[in-house]
Amino acid sequence: MPFIPHTEEEIHAMLAAIGADSLETLFDEIPAGLRAGELGAIPAGMSEMEVSALMEQRARADGQPLMFIGAGAYDHHIPAAVWQLVGRGEFYSAYTPYQAEASQGTLQLLYEYQSMMTALTAMDVSNASLYDGASALAEAILMAVRLNRKSSSRKVLVPRSLHPAYRKVAHNIVRNQGIELVEVPFDPEAGHTDPASLEAYAGQDITALVIPQPNFFGVLEEVDALTDWAARNNAISIGVVNPLALAILSPPGDWGEKGVDICCGEGQPLGIPLSSGGPYFGFLCCREAHVRQMPGRIIGRTLDLDGKPGFTLTLQAREQHIRRSKATSNICTNQGLMVTAATIHMALLGAEGLARAAAASHANSLALNAKFSAIEGVEPLFDRPCFHERPYRLAAPVPEVLRSLAAHNVLGGYDLGRDYPELGNALLVCATEKRTAAEMDQYADKLGRVLRARTEPTCPTRPKF
Amino acid sequence: MSDLPNELKYTKTHEWARNEGDGTLTVGITDHAQELLGDLVFVDLPQIGATVTAGGDCAVVESVKAASDIYSPVSGEIIAVNEALSDSPEIINESAFGEGWIFKVRMSDASEFDALLDSNGYAAVMAEDDH
Repeated sequence: MPFIPHTEEEIHAMLAAIGADSLETLFDEIPAGLRAGELGAIPAGMSEMEVSALMEQRARADGQPLMFIGAGAYDHHIPAAVWQLVGRGEFYSAYTPYQAEASQGTLQLLYEYQSMMTALTAMDVSNASLYDGASALAEAILMAVRLNRKSSSRKVLVPRSLHPAYRKVAHNIVRNQGIELVEVPFDPEAGHTDPASLEAYAGQDITALVIPQPNFFGVLEEVDALTDWAARNNAISIGVVNPLALAILSPPGDWGEKGVDICCGEGQPLGIPLSSGGPYFGFLCCREAHVRQMPGRIIGRTLDLDGKPGFTLTLQAREQHIRRSKATSNICTNQGLMVTAATIHMALLGAEGLARAAAASHANSLALNAKFSAIEGVEPLFDRPCFHERPYRLAAPVPEVLRSLAAHNVLGGYDLGRDYPELGNALLVCATEKRTAAEMDQYADKLGRVLRARTEPTCPTRPKF
Repeated sequence: MSDLPNELKYTKTHEWARNEGDGTLTVGITDHAQELLGDLVFVDLPQIGATVTAGGDCAVVESVKAASDIYSPVSGEIIAVNEALSDSPEIINESAFGEGWIFKVRMSDASEFDALLDSNGYAAVMAEDDH
């Protein structure tokens, strides 16, 4: 059966029933300027054989470089069992199920996911996931604006040290709702948001403060001081965290005196392959007092008529299908399949396994840092502690260095100059637990050679006569 | 049909209002409304000090069946809210016209109160709903 919702015949029958003679007539009340028009850029359909050939060709073009790039998506080990189990028909849905009576397995899995996330973040409640880390932040900001009734400014402080893509996505999603994202600069020596720099905003009406941990540079922020600043200034605190880092760092629910109000982030490090940038999943957790402003699906545990435990969607009055335009969000679904993988991944690794993966990644980035210290023309950009990722200042233009490294099949890192021109030749380098000592030696050796070739004067040619 | 207190005024959207005689009104939802909604699980109270307009939404009641906006019967300022409802929203189910009041509002235009429905007017609204 082809997945076409209506046949030509059905379309004609429906048009006849409402007295329109064509689809054009049906839509003609929509002004021409608002209509998408012909989708000229979409090519004609392909056969399965043609699609398979094209995808194989593209997969070959991906290559298998030595990965030293992170910048928000990380190359971690995923046990083979994870995706083997996710692929089972019983789990293979990208959706949250409405029918509790037919979906207890999926609902239980999502409930366990929520339980694991609250344990990892030390928060009271987790939803069943959102699209990705950046849109989860945008939802957290919208949630904070709804929550903070003491504030009327709709001003949210966003550190410049936060992931640039997250800042852009959040801006795109909230800008038409009268919300102002105010950029807070980072300390140029330390690479973190100096809590003292927030004093410029003390006493002003600030709706919320975003606190990344680690920040985009891998640098650890002074999360306790920042969280307490928000609480003192009647601002909602929003932690943006790497979930794997939480296995060894203090969780947002424990930051400062009372913990953050909301925390969110990108779930990809929990068992999701990089796969050309997605699909990933976003997570969102909060204190129980804030749950009615939380967007997205929430699965609850309950008792059925016979008194047996069961699982079901809960608190649905927040959602679009009940509250229409007054819902907490237009998001009425979750990333079911990615969350299935993350839940199985976390269950397989356990708290100890996650902590070991995080600690091993961090140890590798320190080992790489030690190797880099022997190379002329590479120095750490900042002097504060980092988690498994670190920015360096290079003595040569970063795009050229990365091109030379790519020629040696090394993906050397993320060029920070694109988003932070003020940092000059700055390269963000990550080493996860998957990188071996030999691979790190190989990278350090190649980087040293590329830099020498670009910085040392060429051999003077001696005249023969 | 439930008995409608004659001393109260009503809206078509199922709120009741009691004139306290000092320029303020106490507002809740009718017994009929709570019956329609079923067991209440949450009340989102307005902020004290907030300015409201007649017919404007200012609170939300959520039941096991639905979530409904509560509209202010008159324009003015919210001066008190029933904090007990935060922990025990079921008070509205038990005593919609009494302990289940939701907020108190200081009227900015007393004539808006006079324009509200009396118990006969509201009974007619309920009868219409039944058809």
